[in-house]
Amino acid sequence: MWNYERRLQYPINITRPNAKIAKIIMSQYGGPDGEMGASMRYLSQRYSMPYRKVSGLLTDIGTEELAHLEMVATIVRQLTKGLSAEELEAQGFAPYYVDHTAGIWPQAAGGIPFNACEFQSKGDAITDLFEDMAAEQKARTTYDNILRLVKDPEVCDPIRFLRAREVVHFQRFGEGLRMVQDELDSKNFYMCNPEFDAGCSNTEK
Amino acid sequence: MMINQMNQAQLLHWIDMVSFAVVDITEYLDTHPQDEKAINYFNHYIDLRRSALQAYAQKYGPLTIDSANPDNYWNWSDVPLPWEGGNC
Repeated sequence: MWNYERRLQYPINITRPNAKIAKIIMSQYGGPDGEMGASMRYLSQRYSMPYRKVSGLLTDIGTEELAHLEMVATIVRQLTKGLSAEELEAQGFAPYYVDHTAGIWPQAAGGIPFNACEFQSKGDAITDLFEDMAAEQKARTTYDNILRLVKDPEVCDPIRFLRAREVVHFQRFGEGLRMVQDELDSKNFYMCNPEFDAGCSNTEK
Repeated sequence: MMINQMNQAQLLHWIDMVSFAVVDITEYLDTHPQDEKAINYFNHYIDLRRSALQAYAQKYGPLTIDSANPDNYWNWSDVPLPWEGGNC
């Protein structure tokens, strides 16, 4: 069960609309390494994760990713709000505008729609946690790329916050992976999938 | 029955009931913001929810981060996850 908090995780107040930047940042909403994929990845993987503490970590980070999804959407919204069709077209936004006006829709910067193949839920604890760590790094690289392309400090500030959270989550998932490995036969972690096979764990829960 | 007399399953069921009342009346108030009767109903159930969550957290561990109040041990990650089954 969830409850909504009527606030952003980190404040965003953009006073200079710029649709060119919006189209780039939109990728972190619905692109291949965006926050929609991140939240759905962790919130899907958690059900079969056999260790409650790691399952709880996936829940809490997955929940934070929903807050990041909202932050990215807020940035895109504030960057496109109040622009005319002519201004949007001049700033390269016409291909998006024709289908979505100035609404928020999950796609990559290049226009590819979001789809579930951008994340995995493999039903294997080690496989999923390696995917999660890779995903955090891919998102961190994307935010680095955004920071190279965007100069407006009002936009860069929340993007830097989001980038920093990717680094923290990489660390947390690494710790989660170690918690899983501590439960398994250290001579060969891959003999047994603790999400599917019985008897893998040192301390079965 | 008072909440301090409830067992774990009864208390969780109570939280489910008062919380659903809060969700339902929230959506109603979003479209009927001046309905005084509904506002009183909301205030009644949000108080019941708050105290039930506090009572549950003290006895069985927190269901929400706002009712978590750990002293020397982080019990948030030990509370059973809702899809595990078998725990009420």
